Amino acid sequence: MYLVLGEPDQMSMGTAIRVGADVVAIHQVAESIDQFGTRYLERVYTAHELSSCGGAPATRTASLAARFAAKEATIKVLRPRGHQPDWRSLEVRRDPDGWCTMALTGHAAALADQAGIGELAVSLTHEGDVAAAVVVALCQSEDESVGQSGSGTPLVLDVFGRKG
Amino acid sequence: MEDTIRTILAEYGHLPVEVDKIRDDDDLFQAGMTSHASVNVMLALEDEFGIEFPEAMLHKSTFESVAAIRNALGDLIDS
Repeated sequence: MYLVLGEPDQMSMGTAIRVGADVVAIHQVAESIDQFGTRYLERVYTAHELSSCGGAPATRTASLAARFAAKEATIKVLRPRGHQPDWRSLEVRRDPDGWCTMALTGHAAALADQAGIGELAVSLTHEGDVAAAVVVALCQSEDESVGQSGSGTPLVLDVFGRKG
Repeated sequence: MEDTIRTILAEYGHLPVEVDKIRDDDDLFQAGMTSHASVNVMLALEDEFGIEFPEAMLHKSTFESVAAIRNALGDLIDS
């Protein structure tokens, strides 16, 4: 599922979209908090994430589960080989107006750099016992050779993979 | 050590199959263990063996099988 944008002479490096999605069972996050408490929270979530997930315990747990899903979705976008980024190097930052963005540090930031990822977009949701997140990244990298024809003219595909 | 690893996997791994039916080299993620469950497995192993997995060992491969966990614990306990 790649979308190639721009004029052919601008596409020598290729621009591609990566998408990652993940779901987390909220009751499993509640169990982790019950079983491991602060050790679980501080090993997985940043101080900003912990402070931005407030409200009633059930609401807080659902918000944390959505953040875990966002971290895992981001890992799917970063495609690490071997060493996984620390969970805390993948931070969901909550804007005061309610929307969220991803902030990467350390190994996660290095992986994004390697893939030519300049920006990540994230969307979080939860309903019932399920929390979910989708992360979209725009990549510009010499490694991203997909979406280019042999003639150097980029193929333009829509999100369903059909030629446009 | 292997029995303890299997006990922890049974309690925290949320595996859809019985741990007894998993062979040493079977891929636990292929068997249904989620990334979130692997965090719980890691924390439970730390509690049980009195160790802490350093960031450098936070490979998915560290927790991908009973044998891999045993090897990782061996390295940590010996160091």
